Amino acid sequence: MTLRDFIDRLLGRQTASATTARQRLQLVLAHDRSDLNPELLEQMRREILEVVSRYVEIDLEEVDVSLETEERVTALVANLPIKRARPTPLEAAEAKPDPESKAEAATDTPTDTATASA
Amino acid sequence: MSRTILICSGKGGVGKTTLTANLGIALAKQGASTAVLDADFGLRNLDLLLGLENRIVYTAQEVLAESCRLEQALVKHKQEPKLSLLPAGNPRMLEWLTPDDMKKIVGMLEERFEFVLIDCPAGIEDGFKNAAAAAKEALVVTTPEVSAVRDADRVIGLLQTRDIQPIQLVLNRVRPKMMVNQEMLAVSDVTDILALPLVGLVLEDEQVIVSTNRGEPLTLNGSRSPAGLAYTNVARRLRGEDVPIIDPSKESQGFRARLSRLMQTKIF
Repeated sequence: MTLRDFIDRLLGRQTASATTARQRLQLVLAHDRSDLNPELLEQMRREILEVVSRYVEIDLEEVDVSLETEERVTALVANLPIKRARPTPLEAAEAKPDPESKAEAATDTPTDTATASA
Repeated sequence: MSRTILICSGKGGVGKTTLTANLGIALAKQGASTAVLDADFGLRNLDLLLGLENRIVYTAQEVLAESCRLEQALVKHKQEPKLSLLPAGNPRMLEWLTPDDMKKIVGMLEERFEFVLIDCPAGIEDGFKNAAAAAKEALVVTTPEVSAVRDADRVIGLLQTRDIQPIQLVLNRVRPKMMVNQEMLAVSDVTDILALPLVGLVLEDEQVIVSTNRGEPLTLNGSRSPAGLAYTNVARRLRGEDVPIIDPSKESQGFRARLSRLMQTKIF
């Protein structure tokens, strides 16, 4: 964040359009370069959560799975805060995250990716 | 050894053909024999920017069909005889050119010229693929706008899979004032995002329109206009000269500009 962005934010002003342009480009290029559409990304996110949930309990409020790109290299960055480890790993069948969390996953990401396809 | 350079952008209207014309003239003026090949034969315009539109008799098409010799199809520039134009084809014939045709014709040009500049059509479809078939290195032209940078990124990806290198960037139509006010992507934003070395930085310049009206590229008459100087410098850098690139948004010393630079300090 630059000094100007900071002051803009303090004053509740719109950020400089160059900053917006840079952020929008970085997001859209991450998707262009990886050739992953938002749907596939969402599916992958759900499956990753499923696997990880077998071993640890995840703070579903704070989960963030997104594509980032730097120096023409695109990375899948997953931030999955752990609440606690499970004493014994769950079987694959049981690991389906509870329905409540699934709904959350579905509502969460589209806002995240909507900017990318715009 | 001859150098074959593709000039491409993905997006249309960012200045490919203007760059090709000016660079061709500048290289010729600096003593390098140069051919410019208009690979955008559907919508060819390079002849118009060079003021050679009335002198085209044959195209690469007739050369390949062996109905004329290469020398007959090459259009020599009157004031700058070290520069020749070869139109790839005729706008009426839309489907004759293949990547192999392109390689053949470029091969013939490489025997005769130090530089072969290929003016690529916009887009990433067949026209691009044909034009890229014979290229060894590339200049990607973009402007500091989101759509142009995005399209440039696609093209760079395609060039990299073809092992074309070096791929260098020309940032065109830069408006220093807007950059200083952070209302235009900064030079470093574009070079960071595309991760290419910058070989040219061209300011938005009304003289470009004047020169295209006349069919006399800015580099032809040693124009001291900002764009004319920038194109000449691209040619010098391509020939290995070390000419520093000045970021115009960092140059201005007025109070406003200095304040703006302070405001761009990264704080976290």
